[in-house]
Amino acid sequence: MIRYEMLQNILPVIRDQLVVCNIGIPSQELFALDDQPSNFYMLGTMGLASSIGLGLALVQDKKVVVIDGDGSVLTNLGTLPTIGNNPRGNYVLLIVDNGSYGSTGDQPTYAGKKTSLAEVARACGCDRVVECSAEDTRAALEDALAGDEMTVIVSKCESGNKKMPVITMDPVTIRDRFMKTVAG
Amino acid sequence: MDINTQIVNDLIGAKVGFVTTVPCKQLAGVIDVVEAHPDILHVPSNKEDEGMGLCAGAWMGGTRSAIIMQNTAIGVTINALATLIQYYRMPLPMLISYRGELGEPVACQVEMAVHTKALLAQLNIPTYHFHHEADVGELPRILEYTYMCNKPVAVLMDATFWKGY
Repeated sequence: MIRYEMLQNILPVIRDQLVVCNIGIPSQELFALDDQPSNFYMLGTMGLASSIGLGLALVQDKKVVVIDGDGSVLTNLGTLPTIGNNPRGNYVLLIVDNGSYGSTGDQPTYAGKKTSLAEVARACGCDRVVECSAEDTRAALEDALAGDEMTVIVSKCESGNKKMPVITMDPVTIRDRFMKTVAG
Repeated sequence: MDINTQIVNDLIGAKVGFVTTVPCKQLAGVIDVVEAHPDILHVPSNKEDEGMGLCAGAWMGGTRSAIIMQNTAIGVTINALATLIQYYRMPLPMLISYRGELGEPVACQVEMAVHTKALLAQLNIPTYHFHHEADVGELPRILEYTYMCNKPVAVLMDATFWKGY
């Protein structure tokens, strides 16, 4: 199961949540599948989705789901100690781990080789880390959202992307409607 | 009142409730005050671009945020500044220790000091330079200006301002 299919599966679970989505094809896929004002699409700045989501979760009480990628987490690996040391029960980091840099031509990442992001997250102090198959991701996400413990989910997907158009929505529009949803 | 307490009081006065920091020797005092202040959530970051992500999220969550870092971080954060903070029009006060100026004992610090203002100018980032202690008196207005215009704004604070190393 590739990321697009996994996203299709979790759509009913994330539709009413605040979602911060990773740059590139992940955001394009989510935008095409089910654009919502509660989605914050990253149009640049690879690696910072987990940080943006953490900042958001730390200052307000609504649940925050970050859809990140293995390549992006590797880009900003310093995020995991920050998350582990500043846990908040409303924060769920969903790492789509397909072992590849999907938006740039599916070059392999180290997470698809010897590096286990789940083990890295645990070593960084994240107390609840769930590694699961793409197929089991919806259940893992539902479980995390039902509880009140910060959760990192590493969803093992197959490498591959759905061809989607680039998001042309203005960034200020994306951010403004997102902030209104947060405040609402 | 000492300068570190005054800076943090000005942040509080501007309703800043979230601060991330990456340490610098010159910033040790202000970081201590930030950490101890009950009205500020202090989340240290491991790298300054990560910190800008945290600040962006906190601000979108309804809490004004600020980053405290060294000027070498400008070399690290140009992409985050351009494609996150500026592209989405977010306010971000950046309180920056300006290493590599008069009194600097470490030659390598000068190598980024000579690029600091040029890079900030290239990014069209409003930049203020605190050299004398009294310059801190402008900080409340700089913070007000930052939230008026929704831009990243840099405050460079050099060794003379900090009274040496």
